[in-house]
Amino acid sequence: MKVDVVVIGGGAAGMAAALKVSEQGARVVLVERDERVGGILNQCIHNGFGLHYFREELTGPEYAERFKKALEEKDIEVLTNTFVKALDVREKKLVVVSEDGIRILETKALVYAAGARERAFGSLMVPGDRPSGIFTAGVAQRFMNVENRLPGKRALILGSGDIGLIMARRLTLEGVEVVGVVERLPYPGGLLRNVIQCLEDFGIPLFLSSTVVEVRGRERLEEVVVAKVDENFQPIPGTEKVFEVDTLILSVGLIPQIELLEDLVEVNPTSKGIATSNLGQTSIEWIFAAGNCTAIYDLVDYVTYEGEMAGKYAALYAKGERFGPKVAVKAGENVMVVQPNWYDPSEELTLYVRTRKVIEKGRLVVGSFEKTFEELVPSEMLRVKIPRRHLNGLSEIVVEVKEE
Amino acid sequence: MSALKRLVCVQCPLGCKISVELSDTNRILSIVGNRCPRGEEYARDELENPKRVLTTSVRVLNGEYPLVSVKTNKPVPKSLIPELMKTIRNLKVEAPIECGSVLVEDVLGTGADLVATRTVRRAKG
Repeated sequence: MKVDVVVIGGGAAGMAAALKVSEQGARVVLVERDERVGGILNQCIHNGFGLHYFREELTGPEYAERFKKALEEKDIEVLTNTFVKALDVREKKLVVVSEDGIRILETKALVYAAGARERAFGSLMVPGDRPSGIFTAGVAQRFMNVENRLPGKRALILGSGDIGLIMARRLTLEGVEVVGVVERLPYPGGLLRNVIQCLEDFGIPLFLSSTVVEVRGRERLEEVVVAKVDENFQPIPGTEKVFEVDTLILSVGLIPQIELLEDLVEVNPTSKGIATSNLGQTSIEWIFAAGNCTAIYDLVDYVTYEGEMAGKYAALYAKGERFGPKVAVKAGENVMVVQPNWYDPSEELTLYVRTRKVIEKGRLVVGSFEKTFEELVPSEMLRVKIPRRHLNGLSEIVVEVKEE
Repeated sequence: MSALKRLVCVQCPLGCKISVELSDTNRILSIVGNRCPRGEEYARDELENPKRVLTTSVRVLNGEYPLVSVKTNKPVPKSLIPELMKTIRNLKVEAPIECGSVLVEDVLGTGADLVATRTVRRAKG
């Protein structure tokens, strides 16, 4: 099969990218490993999506359904239950596998939109037994919201990111007793609104500056030991507390999924995702990337915008346009994550910035651009458009947040 | 004497920090910090009768999936949520279901409809 653009991944970024490619009049095929498109949105049945992009509040499945409908209306070819096995960078060919066997896709440009993976229990090095009953939040969410299965009866949640908080509410609503949410930082990882409507509404305790130090259980989880931690996240002896639970839910972070490309393209050192320009272009000029495989975004709306950008420029590339040169974007003082990695003046620079710590009042400085923000927290990402005139003549763009 | 009550609006992910000034008889004197009218409504409700949009799922018969995700199409009193969950748990709907279709009108007299938030087609075969 010969196309102009292949899009890998049918989540929010991939669907937006495929639609943009088709809008540019280029031929696109979307490859999705699941049985349907929509990605993680399909299992995020809570609301709060779409306020920026659609100017209304939607649930995850509703947000996904708008794009699914558009893909159908535009008659965009979607290969579901299909996995990309290999990529031939020189020949611009992809080997894909599905029930029908192996197929080769020949393309002119690629949009990689593979999303993220959850950090798993094994990577936390928690001492103790290895019983059943330990789930990542996303797996528990899929069980409950898609497959109609409850993970257990009495649960503790490790990690207070938004997924952890939302799962605390979801479990409680379905009759699972949630004994608490454990967070190693001195402040919650998720949005304040979720602390209120997911924990406080249901009287679920939040244990800050604490972590899980041991799990016990023969076949099924029986006990989880929680202890306070010091400022270096080291458990403080004597502060241990034992929770009798059959379920431990982990919400301890997302990792950009980059396997297919990691040895081929440059990686963003701040996000550990695929490095891209503000056009979505990677260090290999015919490969574009967007969404959570480039950096973990706070809002799906942002993922959609970036997916559209990558789709547009992949289509233009396939038609023979070339872009550049690019200027490097680097993280400076107090900046933990900055996306994108390069600035291409073909488009205005939209920056996504996560600070390294809580900052009461901070001044974002980018070239000659300055803007002051209040109450900056690492869990809430800034999205800022930097007008071109502030970046003229720079050989390198350093993004800094100065404390005031 | 007046008192200040601080709230974080939960209507959308912006999470505006709202301050409500209350008189000594708990009358609302002023509401500041909200960036849209929904914030003012939220602050009023939160002090008098807290409300939330409920999202959950309903069992599907003969569908390609066993569940359809649902929401109340407007916020419902927080105090009614446990009872609403009981009602919804006993509900079964027959596929096909269109996204946006009303599954229960005026659920438990809240004035809110229970609406499907995804399309579930009928199972093949």
